[in-house]
Amino acid sequence: MHAAHKNHDFEPKIAAFVCTWCTYAGADLAGTSRMQYPPNVRVLKFPCTGRIDPVFILRAFQKGADGVLVSGCHPGDCHYMAGNFHARRRFAAFRQLLDFVGVDLNRLQFSWVSAAEGGKWVEVVTGLTERVRSMGPMREFKELELEEQWSGKVDTPELQEAYEAIS
Amino acid sequence: MSRIGVFVCHCGENISRTVDVERVAQAAARLPGVAYATDYKYMCSDPGQSLLKKAIAEHNLDGVVVAACSPRMHEKTFRKAAEATGLNPFVCEMANIREHCSWVHEDREEATAKAIDIVKLMAARVRRNRRLAAITVPVTKRALVIGGGIAGIQAALDIADAGHEVVLVEREPSIGGHMAQLSETFPTLDCSQCIMTPKMVDVANHPKITLHTYSEIEEVGGYIGNFQVTVRKKARSVDMAKCTGCGVCMAKCPQKKIPNAFDKDMGTRPAIYVPFPQAVPNTPVIDRENCTYFKSGKCGVCAKVCGPCAVDYTQQDELVTEQIGAIVVATGFDLYSIEPKPADSPIQGYGEFGYGTIPDVIDGMTFERLASASGPTGGKILRPSDGKEPKEVVFIQCVGSRAREKGISYCSKICCMYTAKHTMLYKHKVHDGQAYVFFMDARTPGKNYDEFWRRAIEEEEAVYIRGMVSRLYQKGDKVVVMGSDISVGIQVEIEADLVVLATAVQARKGADTLAQKLGISYDKYNFYSEAHAKLKPVECATAGIYLAGACQGPKDIPDTVSQASAAAAKVMTLFAKDQLEREPIVARVNERFCAACFACKKVCPYGAVEEKEIRDRQGNLIRVVASVNPGVCGGCGTCQATCPSKSVELDGYTDEQVMAMIEAL
Repeated sequence: MHAAHKNHDFEPKIAAFVCTWCTYAGADLAGTSRMQYPPNVRVLKFPCTGRIDPVFILRAFQKGADGVLVSGCHPGDCHYMAGNFHARRRFAAFRQLLDFVGVDLNRLQFSWVSAAEGGKWVEVVTGLTERVRSMGPMREFKELELEEQWSGKVDTPELQEAYEAIS
Repeated sequence: MSRIGVFVCHCGENISRTVDVERVAQAAARLPGVAYATDYKYMCSDPGQSLLKKAIAEHNLDGVVVAACSPRMHEKTFRKAAEATGLNPFVCEMANIREHCSWVHEDREEATAKAIDIVKLMAARVRRNRRLAAITVPVTKRALVIGGGIAGIQAALDIADAGHEVVLVEREPSIGGHMAQLSETFPTLDCSQCIMTPKMVDVANHPKITLHTYSEIEEVGGYIGNFQVTVRKKARSVDMAKCTGCGVCMAKCPQKKIPNAFDKDMGTRPAIYVPFPQAVPNTPVIDRENCTYFKSGKCGVCAKVCGPCAVDYTQQDELVTEQIGAIVVATGFDLYSIEPKPADSPIQGYGEFGYGTIPDVIDGMTFERLASASGPTGGKILRPSDGKEPKEVVFIQCVGSRAREKGISYCSKICCMYTAKHTMLYKHKVHDGQAYVFFMDARTPGKNYDEFWRRAIEEEEAVYIRGMVSRLYQKGDKVVVMGSDISVGIQVEIEADLVVLATAVQARKGADTLAQKLGISYDKYNFYSEAHAKLKPVECATAGIYLAGACQGPKDIPDTVSQASAAAAKVMTLFAKDQLEREPIVARVNERFCAACFACKKVCPYGAVEEKEIRDRQGNLIRVVASVNPGVCGGCGTCQATCPSKSVELDGYTDEQVMAMIEAL
């Protein structure tokens, strides 16, 4: 799978938010087992998936990520007893919001990868990379931000209408 | 941090084979905030660490990124090295370019680009790292042991012998637990009382052990090193300070027909009693439910005959609060009963065994009492129905255990061995008797265990029949056992005089209630959960609480004693320090912004969030805010992700640090 992706003209950037106890250790295990996977993923370590604020996901999309992975301990295995349950509930709601604002949910993946599942880490990362590559770059949020930064004004019909209503 | 040093490791060839480490160092030198970057063959080696220390001093660095292996491998090593130069250890971070990069990619170009990115992320993070001070909490060097069976006794003695104070709480009037009920113990057949009672006396006489018998845990507060535990000392109706243990009260008590639970209801006891003659403490208790004085107000014989006037009918339950540093939970087990259970229980009894209505079908513990020299029959094997000596005894293993349909899928571990022991004890006492055992498998791992089991078959002539029993019923004065012998594929019918069931080991009734008070987790069978099945077998996930014995899962005496000593060793390790040091990854509340919604309090799995009142100088309440107790906080950060006003922050994983990393993506 590694040799195959070299010829692609688009290499997606994947941000992975992982917990230190399970998925980070699982990714370490993939390393010590010398498994191979595409180099597109950048890992950000957290103590627990419970620490991961949905805002981080939005920000990652804005700042260049084409896909986001959130991964932690399996339900019931949380080092902090219940952090992954809070995360699960939070992201179930957050997915709906993302869907509503028009983000293709295929760019976002949640998974449970334990410290013993190096193989599963490879599978999840490879799967998400391939999928996001076929979807092409994530432009919407980036363009929006560039517009905000460089145009000096945000000029949408909705905003105009709002301004007029005030004045 | 604005003067960061980046140190790229070759890891021999482990990293440099796929990653161009020199290019990584060159790229790192150009990153914002990076003042120095270099690469070296083995950063973790002595010369590597010296290089790091020298560079920190020479270049006046205030932050460090070591691009090498996983932080799980060498974070501590490099933080220590950084600390040796006077740097705060928490401004040193690792960029994992081995496990997450060089080992999982082959293409040198791609791997190098990724390594540079990983370093970039970590450098951005370290720029926002704060200097954190290790958190210390004082340790109260006083242990609480809950349960006075062999596990609790062993743990208490070990800790007390190390010179620390121990509070031992036992629910029953005497310590001793199940082991005090046993006749002889496998695999050496030494008398249980003979090895147990000296230990019980040691506990009572130990100057460092405070014993609360006939007491229960009422409330547990606090955290590792600093628990406050309230113990309910139930009213004994006898003043322990005055009682001499002469036993006149028990001899004179007119109410003597109460079934003795210690003898599995086979013998009787008076209303004022000690559970068994070797009880520790040897102070009687009045069973208020059965005492004539408490029922009708008449009698009072015990008070009249008591020389030292120790009997006190007006005694009330007493609440004692103890300051505790560590807790050992050793509450033991209950035995499964074949009687039908309440409707809400997943276990529904054994209809095919007559739901416990056949008098000569007994459980293993009842057999222990029959075989015990101090038991109701004085050690003679006599069956309960008519007191005759049984000539044919059938033992049935795995009653309840390994029976998913009965709600218990686990193996009770001790039954194979104690059934083999029972056949031997029986043969030793009834020479012309015959023992049969119905079994699924014989599980005898343990030192000298398999030899013991073989001895039961080869020397003591127990007949082992591989197969299960489908029905037990009364026929005349016999119990008919209908079973199968699957090794030859035939039905077996035995007319037995006595049937002994090796019933499953279960968690104590009320184990879940105690767990909730302690804040420890338990499995679906109510056995307490250890923090890690292999590497933390005696620790609970809750810091400062340890497990010993069958409350964690079925266990025999050698395993229980080992675990109890292990738990004691853990407590001593904790008590070896005056202050507890822990990683300062804890949440902190910004009181100026906290809106007191207490969403953080709701999600905190540790109960670390408290409500703090802010008052002016006159003492008027201004407002209430959330406050995190750093001693209790586990550092998961769920509160921060939950807080709507972002006024709680997890040190080491602040929003600022995370956002900096995301910006660097």
